Order: sequence, then C-alpha cells, then structure tokens
Amino acid sequence: MHPIVTSIAIAGPEVILTLGSLAALMLGTFSAPGRALAATSLFAIAILAVAGFALLDGPAGTALAFDGLYVADDFSAFLKVIIFTATAASVVLAQPWLNESRTGRFEYPVLMLLSALGMAVMVSANDLLSLYIGLELTALPSYVLAAFHRADNRSAEAGLKYFVLGALASGILLYGVTLVYGFAGSTQFDIIAGIVSGQTERSLGLLFGIVFIIAGMAFKVSAVPFHMWTPDVYEGAPTPVAAFFSAAPKAAALGLMARVLVVAFPGNVAADWQQIIIFIAIASMVLGAVAAVAQTNIKRLLAYSSIANIGFALVGLTPGSPAGVSALLFYTTVYVAMTLGSFLVVLQLRRPDGETVEQMADLAGLSKTQPKLAAALAIFMFSLAGIPPLLGFWPKFAVFQAAIAAGLVPLAIIGFIASVVAAFYYLRLIKIMYFDEPAVALASEGSAANGTMIAAAALFCSPIGMLAMSPLAAATARAAAALFPA
Amino acid sequence: MPILSIMILLPVVAALVVATLPGGDEERAGRARVVALATTLIEFAAGIWLWANFDSSTAAFQFNEELPLFAPFLSWSLGIDGIALMLIELSVFLMPLCILASWTSVKKRVPEYMAAFLLMESLMIGTFAARDIFLFYLFFEGGLIPMFLIIGIWGGARRIYASYKFFLYTLLGSVVMLVAMLWMVGQAGTSDISVLSRTDFAPEAQFWLFLAFFASFAVKMPMWPVHTWLPDAHVEAPTAGSVILAGVLLKLGGYGFIRFSLPMFPDASAQLIWLVFGLSMVAVVYTSLVALVQHDMKKLIAYSSVAHMAFVTGGLFALNTQGLEGAMVMMLSHGLVSGALFLCVGVIYDRLHTREIGRYGGLADTMPKYALVLLFFTMASVGLPATSGFVAEFLVLLGLYQTSTWATFVLTTGIILGAAYMLWLYARVAYGKAAGDDTRAMPDLSVREIAILAPIVIVTLWMGIYPASFQQPMKPAIAAVVARLEGRQLATVPTDMSLSPALPAMMAPAHAAEAH
Repeated sequence: MHPIVTSIAIAGPEVILTLGSLAALMLGTFSAPGRALAATSLFAIAILAVAGFALLDGPAGTALAFDGLYVADDFSAFLKVIIFTATAASVVLAQPWLNESRTGRFEYPVLMLLSALGMAVMVSANDLLSLYIGLELTALPSYVLAAFHRADNRSAEAGLKYFVLGALASGILLYGVTLVYGFAGSTQFDIIAGIVSGQTERSLGLLFGIVFIIAGMAFKVSAVPFHMWTPDVYEGAPTPVAAFFSAAPKAAALGLMARVLVVAFPGNVAADWQQIIIFIAIASMVLGAVAAVAQTNIKRLLAYSSIANIGFALVGLTPGSPAGVSALLFYTTVYVAMTLGSFLVVLQLRRPDGETVEQMADLAGLSKTQPKLAAALAIFMFSLAGIPPLLGFWPKFAVFQAAIAAGLVPLAIIGFIASVVAAFYYLRLIKIMYFDEPAVALASEGSAANGTMIAAAALFCSPIGMLAMSPLAAATARAAAALFPA
Repeated sequence: MPILSIMILLPVVAALVVATLPGGDEERAGRARVVALATTLIEFAAGIWLWANFDSSTAAFQFNEELPLFAPFLSWSLGIDGIALMLIELSVFLMPLCILASWTSVKKRVPEYMAAFLLMESLMIGTFAARDIFLFYLFFEGGLIPMFLIIGIWGGARRIYASYKFFLYTLLGSVVMLVAMLWMVGQAGTSDISVLSRTDFAPEAQFWLFLAFFASFAVKMPMWPVHTWLPDAHVEAPTAGSVILAGVLLKLGGYGFIRFSLPMFPDASAQLIWLVFGLSMVAVVYTSLVALVQHDMKKLIAYSSVAHMAFVTGGLFALNTQGLEGAMVMMLSHGLVSGALFLCVGVIYDRLHTREIGRYGGLADTMPKYALVLLFFTMASVGLPATSGFVAEFLVLLGLYQTSTWATFVLTTGIILGAAYMLWLYARVAYGKAAGDDTRAMPDLSVREIAILAPIVIVTLWMGIYPASFQQPMKPAIAAVVARLEGRQLATVPTDMSLSPALPAMMAPAHAAEAH
C-alpha cells in the first residue's frame, strides 16, 4: 500500500477533524441564520466524538506516519482524549453566552474544532516542523476567539495582545528550531536524539536552540517568565473563551513539551534542559501563588492560578523519568477538570443586571443564595489548593513524589510552600462565599447541560474522585511508558 | 465486620443526609440535630464495642482492614493499637456532648454545622485508625477543612482572622512533613506504618526527618513558639468547636510524636530531647504567666492547654515507660478536662454573651450547681489527687525525672502556676459579688447541661481513681515504642543536678547541639 494511505489511517483523528471542520464551515454558511450556531455546535461535538472513537480504533503501540513527521502512541492517545473532551465541554459551556450575546456566530465552534486539530497535531508531533504547524494551528483560531466579542474593546485588545505576543513566541521557537537543525542536522525527534547522544562534546549552539524552543513553548503553557499575556487575555477575552484557553491548549502544550524534551533531548542534554524546567517550575509556582493574592477579578485570579498549576505540572517533567511524566499527565487531567469546573460556576452566575460575574466581591454570601454552586466552587477551590482528601491533592503528591525520587527535595519543599501561599487566595474565595453576607443576589441562569457538567466535575474533584485514581494512574503510566522506549 | 471503615464512613453518610435534608429552615434544623445526635451516639456505641473486643495483651494492630483502593498512591489500610483505641474512645465520647452543647446555642445554618461536625468526627477517627502513612496524612490534613468552616462561619467577631491563621499555620507545618514522608516511603519502599516504624533510617537522615515531622506536630500540639494560632482559634470558635479543638485535635500532635517521631526516628529523638525539653520548659512557664493576665476566659483556658501540652511533650521525650504512659493519660485527661472547661464557659456565655471574666462573679451564690461543676474541673485541671489530672502529671514527672531533673524542676513550677491561674479564675468567677444584675439573674444549669457535664465528671473521677482501666490497653503499644528507644544514646543533657557545675543548666542544650 502507498505510505500515504497507511499514514492517513494512522492519523485518523486528525483527518476526521480536518474534514469535519471544513464541513462544519459549510454547514454554518448554508443553514438558516437562526439555526446556524446550534447546528454547527452539535456537529462539532459529534465530530469530536467521532475523532475520539477513531482514537480507540487506532493502531496499538507506536506507529509513525508521514515519513516520521507524525507519531500515534499511547501518550498522544491519552492526551487527545483529554483535548477532545475539554474542547467539547468548551463548546457546550459557551452556548448560553453565545445565545445571549449579539456575537453568537457559528464560527465559534468551527474555530474550536480547528484549534483542537492543532492540539492533536501538537501532541502527535514527532518532528520540529509538525510541532510548529500544530502550535500555529492551535494559536491562530485562539487569537480570533480571544477577540470574538468584537463590540467589546477589552476583547479586541485581548485578541491583539495575544496575537502580537504569540507571534513573537512563535518566532523565538522557530529560531530555536533552526538552531537545533543547524547543530544536530535533523528536525525529527528520534534522529536528533541519536545524534545528540552520540556527541561527546556539549554543543553550545544546540543548547541555545533548546533554550529558544523551551521559551516558545513556555509561552504557550503560560509559564513564568513568559506568562505576562495570561491575566490580561483571560480578563479581556469572553469568559467561555478564557475557560477554553485554560484547559485544552494547556494540556496539549504540556504534552508537547514533555515529548520534545524527553524524546529528542535525552542523555547528556537532559541535565541542561532539566535545570531550565526546574527554574521555570519554581518561578511559576511562586509567582502564580504570590501575584494572585492581590487580585480582585475572578478571571485574573484563575489566570494566576493556572500559571501556578502549570508550575506544579512542570515539576513532573523535571526528573525526566517515566514516573514524572506519568504524574504530569495525571496533573493535567485533574487540572483540566478543576479549572473548567471553576469557570463553569462563574459562567453559570448572573448579576441582577444580567451581566456575568467578574469581581470576587460579587460572590459574597453565595453559600446562602446559591448553595449548590457555592459548594461546587468550594470543592474546586479546596481541590486547587491541594488539600486532601480532595482529588486535587493527589496530582501534586504524584509530581513531588517523582521529583523526590529523583533527589530534588529542595524543589519539593519550595513547591509545597508555594502551595500554602496559594491556599491563601483559594481560601479567600471560600471566605467570600461562606463567611461574608450576601451583597447582590446572584441568579443561576446557565444551561442544564452546564449544571450537569459542574456536578460531574465537582464529583470528580471531591474525595469520591479518588476512586478514579487507580485506573487513571494505570493509564498515565502506560502513556508515559510510550515516551521511554525500553 | 469492617468496624473501622463503618465508623469512618457512617458520619460521612450522615453528613450528606443532614446537608440535603428537605423542608423549611426550622424543620431542617430540628432534623439535623436529631440525625447528628443519633449518629454520634451510634459511633459511641461502636467505640464501646471496639474497646470491649480489644485484645489488651498485644501491641499489634487489631481490627485490620486492607483494600488497595487507591493504588499506587496509598491503600485503604486501617487498624488500631491501644494508643489509637484510647484516642478514638475520647473522640467518640466527646462528639455527642458537642452536638448536645450546640443544641440551642447554634442558630444559623444548623444543618451545615452538624454536617461539618460529623465530617470532623469521621476524619478524626480516620487519623487514629490509619495504618498507611499517606492515609494518615489524608485524614490529618482533611480535618482542616471542616474546622476552617466551623471557625469561619459560626465563630465570633475575629473569626475570619482566626480561621485563616488556623488553616495556614497548620498547613505550612504539614507540607514539610509530607516531603519527609515522600522521601521515607521512597527509601523504605512501603507506606505501611508498622513496617516504617521497624525501619532503621540512617541517623543523619533521621535528624532532618525528625525536624520535618516536628514542624507539623509542634504546630498541631501546639508547642511554644508556634502556639499563637491556638488562642485565636479557641476564642473565635463556637463552644463545641473549642471542645473538639482542645479535646481531640490537639491530641493529633502528641499522637504523631508517639506514632511516628519516636519509633521511626529513635536516634534523632534521643539526640534532640534538649530541643523538646527546652521548648516545653519555656512553654510551661511562659504560657502559664500569660494565662494569669488574661481577661477572656476562653483565652485563659487556651493558654493553659499549651502549658498542659508541654507536659505531654515532656513526658513523651522522657523516652521511658512512665513518661510515655503519663503523656498518654495527660492527653486523655486534658481532652476531658479542658473540653469540660470550654463547655462550662459555653454555659455562662450562652446566658450573658460575654467571656470577659470581670463581667461575672458570685456565681457560687446564684448558680450553685454550676459553681460546683466548675470547681471540680478547675481542680482536675490543677491536678488534684483523685482526678485524672493528678495521675497524668505525676506519671509524667516520674518519667521525666529519670531523663532530666532540670526539665522536671521547671515543669513542676508549671503545676504551681497552673494552680494560681485556675484558682484565681475560679475565685473571680464564682466568689465575690456579681458584676451586675444580669449576672445575678442567670439561671442555674439546665437538665441538658447537667446531662452534658455529668458523664465527663464521672470519667474524670474514674480516670483519677482507677487509671488502670484506661492504661491497660495502651501498655503493650507503649512498651513497643519504648523498646524501639532502648539503648539509644541520649543527648548530653545534664540528667542530675549534682552533675552540672555552677554553669546554668539552661545553657546545656547549646552544648548538646555542638556535640551532635
């Protein structure tokens, strides 16, 4: 059979997403204006589901496609499940907002599909070039989504800011790619790995290339010191878009980072990038925790929270071990549920003037006016703070266990102390909801689907979710093993 | 029958039921009270059953359960020895009394209040029953959440400050311990507590591990100088919250020392006794003096708790049988007596809504029954013979004398100071003239209040007159800990006054540090 045919079969989910997003565009254009949004949204979710099933049907073990540009293995499959689920959830959670606002256009789900396609390519990239294509394909629809609320200046500003900084980061990354190609002679991960481990002397040019690549990727995961865009974009972008940004693209970028560093730069070079990741992880954990203390806007708070969480997740990458990568994947899974859940609760609430909640002070006394939503948000907050027995504690536990096993005890101590600082601002939200008297009566006006998703996420993050740890750990261990050929 | 799992899960189920009860506010509150009381009484019955079926002749864990539910992180592994048994008994005994004490005094959000207390009970039992070090940590830290809510929602004026301080202080101590736990488990390859306590870690490692655990347990205990969260938390917590805090939560620190620090790091424990003794000595004298000048009754009792807990640490680090047994009896006795004292404060607080000592007076005339009960617990706190406090203090000092006479000497002054502040408190509250007409008009103890306080009086007397029934189950477990400590080289603290020259003995710890 011609290699292109087998390649297409291996890259089944991506092919389905590509064709599906084009079909969705057609569907949106040719259906009646009133029904276009609902039709494309439903179609997008169906396409994501079909792509998910294509994953299950994919080849067992590791399969290379497109002459080594693309790889399908347990690692990419695991992350794609998260990405597709989170994207589908993002499409669903935006519906009430899209229906209310005047910018409820059918392009919204289509852009999300395209972005999901980019993410899928990212986690399956086995070459610096497919990596770049995946990143750009994820980023371009994101810029548009950030500016989706065209009438709102803040939204347009967020989109522009995101675009300019994102383009800069992509440029840096691309420069890193050229350096690596120049000094290692290839762009394919496994070939780079072979050349790198054959080198006896340390190549300074290669090191620069790695630094630039990490810088570019750190921008995408919003890790310190490349985090500046995050609070502004989260605040300016429409809330459902911020929810989307905080979940699926983060999972994809973390997965990408793990694959590039672990697969392409093993052996001697590993010690070099590990130092950088240790610095980025510590800086993100500490800055995310400290800077969030002063925030009054919920979206900004959640932005800093996501910076801190990325720091914790990156701790899992520092040892460069299977246990560490497994912990990173575990962290990503739980983080996506916690952050989507928090955003869902915020989206569900309406001030008396019909606006969505933005200020933390608006949540005062929520436990009296909306006890169920308050309880759910409290679960997410305690879980994000990493207090046992909530599920959010265990990914932290797992990443630090991996770090300590690799002898990185100081990193673990700094990380846990940062988590105590972070606990302060998560507690503040709980204090506002439970200890303060109600200021404005908030109404719960989201869709029933969002309510169900909140309940599911809260259940997952509650102690009951601990029952899911065992199967989840088995799946992440299998996924991580794919990066470490025996 | 998985009795421990049932005891842990039943309150959780009851809490969910209570939180989701149907009906109007009044109906929900009434039902919540009944469900909570019934649950805690069932728990108490289960606790009695546990004690009745407990084999007091062995140090091994009993009622063992093992379920690899959360592999590979931790396993649902439960079991108790005598030490854990007695602390569980204390928890299940105090819990129904707490519910009864909040019967009428808590008026807002009753179902949530009861649910928080039920969760608290579950987490406390879990902490004592955990046989997996991470399961222990889960319960140990999980207790922060309901306590944070109890102080923050139902507390007094400065409740928010107090709840934050309580939460962050104890969390900071515990995360350092978690790092140590992760390291230990990585070394030993198992998270089973009974295996870990037979593992010999390298003495250098023990030093750091000990300090990491110390950071957590010293805060929980609380030891001077990290005790400052306790008075704030106590003053702002509702009465029942204070009872649980003093009665059970403070025991987590002592339990941690005896379960983890002593058997797992015996060398470090023996080498670092100067640290513990030093802090204990300061705590006894300093907090007793601070207690003397308090105007707030709850604050006074809170400071007295810190002083009593210093007796516990002193007894534990005497590293011999008498000291350890004394420390355990002290924990049980303090749980009963200080819990009862907080309940006594709650009784008059409900009537006058102030904890200011100066606002009371002459209660011996107007509330004779109350004055009698308060006198009894004052005496128990001071350590009058025939009360549990005497047994505890006597055993601790007996054990401590063999290890460090200086520490014994200083701790003994604590007894005198303790008598001073407690008796003075009693004199100001019960004798003299009533501060005002409202004070004079306070009715005496109601039947419900007598029903709450009477059982504690009985048990306090029982423990004071025949302590053997409480000590018997703990003896083998304590002997096992002492066996781990046998032959370890103690730090060179002057153990006999005659041995230390003119040099002030308080300076000795510094030398011990250099020797180490």
